[in-house]
Amino acid sequence: MIRFRTAAICCSIFVVLGAVISGAGASHTLGKLGAVNAIAGAFIVAFAAAMSVYLMTLARFPVSTSQAIVGAIIGWNLFSGALTDGSALIKIVTTWVLCPVLAAAIAVILYKLVVFIITRSKIHMFKQDRMTRYGLLLAGIFGSYALGANNIANVMGVFVPVSPFSDISVFGWFNLTSAQQLFFIGSLAIAVGVFTYSRRVMMTVGVGIMELSPVAAFVAVWSHSIVLFLFSSQGLESFLMRQGLPTIPLVPVSSSQAIVGAVIGMGLLKGGRGIRWRTVGGITSGWVTTPILAAIMSFISLFFLQNVFQQKTYRPVRFALTLEAMDHIREAGVPTEKLADLLDENFPTAVQFKKALSQRIALTPMARNIIMAASEIDEIRVTQSTIAGLNMDWFTPELRKALEPLEGSEFLHKWQLQEALAERSPLWRFDQNNRDKNKDLQNKLAHLYETFRYEK
Amino acid sequence: MGSIFKRKIGIEKQIDDFLDKVSESGLLFKSGVSAYLKGNIESFEKTIESIVETEHRGDALRRSLEEQLYIQTLIPESRGDVLSLLESMDSLLDRFKGALWRFDIERPEIGDEFHEDFRELINCVVESVEAIVRSSRAFFKDISAVADHMHKVSYWETESDKISTRLQRSIFRKEELRLSHRLQLRDFVRHVDKIADRAEDVADKLSIFAIKRSL
Repeated sequence: MIRFRTAAICCSIFVVLGAVISGAGASHTLGKLGAVNAIAGAFIVAFAAAMSVYLMTLARFPVSTSQAIVGAIIGWNLFSGALTDGSALIKIVTTWVLCPVLAAAIAVILYKLVVFIITRSKIHMFKQDRMTRYGLLLAGIFGSYALGANNIANVMGVFVPVSPFSDISVFGWFNLTSAQQLFFIGSLAIAVGVFTYSRRVMMTVGVGIMELSPVAAFVAVWSHSIVLFLFSSQGLESFLMRQGLPTIPLVPVSSSQAIVGAVIGMGLLKGGRGIRWRTVGGITSGWVTTPILAAIMSFISLFFLQNVFQQKTYRPVRFALTLEAMDHIREAGVPTEKLADLLDENFPTAVQFKKALSQRIALTPMARNIIMAASEIDEIRVTQSTIAGLNMDWFTPELRKALEPLEGSEFLHKWQLQEALAERSPLWRFDQNNRDKNKDLQNKLAHLYETFRYEK
Repeated sequence: MGSIFKRKIGIEKQIDDFLDKVSESGLLFKSGVSAYLKGNIESFEKTIESIVETEHRGDALRRSLEEQLYIQTLIPESRGDVLSLLESMDSLLDRFKGALWRFDIERPEIGDEFHEDFRELINCVVESVEAIVRSSRAFFKDISAVADHMHKVSYWETESDKISTRLQRSIFRKEELRLSHRLQLRDFVRHVDKIADRAEDVADKLSIFAIKRSL
């Protein structure tokens, strides 16, 4: 219906736009899963994911970069002794199941609707053909945009915490944040990939699972695009928030799963006889092997990079139950009597700390998270030069006012800086009724922790 | 953009025109034979001229359609079917023309007692072709209506079969006729009846195409 070249060019342009304009949403969730905190490590994580995807693509499976990157991050977590955030992982894996199901449901509804409209409006075969063509192109454009927005986090998300770029202003028209610059580079790479390697996978999806009529193809691409959009739109999220409705998690979902789900949904609608279950089986088994493959590859590569090439693949995150941390934990409502003997003991990794905790006390995941967060050691020093280096627009003068008296002070824990700021200005306090503000504050604090960190 | 739309609207019109030609050839055939039976040779010859012209136009339209379908890669997934449909329809047109020519070449002597049956036979055949033309139009414009017209094709085909059998029987029962005359008339009856058979073949193909296009 549409030439490969046309499809590839449209896809490339809109992937770049989607990534740069609205790529930020889904990357936060990945950051929560495991904050890869050294550039060499980030490189290996991305590399391991890329290799797994490359191998699977060679085998002609529409593989999910989301799964590969999650696998690779878990590999990094295992290697560096960081804890894998169970709730973030569950959130991501749930969406993996949810995404194809949702895509299938949307495809079925959309298909019924389109068929109804076509049979009702009695369009001439050629006109219908023409409309399907333009519709497909539009769907492809929307899909590429959503893909860029949702999946750029897979490609570049791990680099965000260690980005070497600073914000630049383009002729004073708009600002490109360092993350957006990263996303731009990543999306260019996606565009190159579209032109070189996507053809065979396109064939698997387009012909392999089931022979698709043009109208069915149109519906498949639209449902895929809608699903990706749902999982990456910050605009939609804040809209739902304002209406007090439950929000859809902004998670990098797999576009391949979405499209496969949509195609299967329509196949089932037609009785399921047209579906080649062997191909479907191959694809689904790929969904299990990819994350595992990526995790193993990531772990092994990190090992090599660390021990053979002597590169720093992670910045160790230490834990210690300092006196202040104890107080903080108690204030948060978690009893600390049984932890008294751990006072001021140093734990070089999160895994060891967690083990020590669970030997002494049975904790709910929430209580454990409170303890972990409170006792994470992060040496922070506020200096004149770092305050001056902050982005003027993002950190307004009122916010800086609270920051300036802290000059010269040092903190052992992140939360201490936050509390110190909150004491000085209500602007730095979290507001239970304003989720937008909280989110922005979170981002600002995260930025401060990064810039004020110093190493002995 | 504008030019693209214009060109493709052109295609829709061309298909309509082509189907018009097929239907027209049936009507011309009917009036031609009727003129022949009445002995109005002048009018008969004029009809032959018109049907030749119609066939010419039909061929030209078909060729241009085929070219556009392939060069501009329109409806790639069903253009093979559309092409085959157009060709079958064109062969129906050719058969009408051929039958009329045959009347002109052989100038068969048809007894008055057969006139009524001949007219009836030709009416059935033309109706069956009309029905297939309507089905084809529906195939392009409103696929769910194809079935509404399709069943009429078989109805008229069966009718023409019945009449043709009856006619052939009465031709062979008529003792005054020489065997050669009988055989000639029989061939004419068969030739005309064949057109309805072909129309039914096209209908069978078309119903498969319609299933393939159905959503």
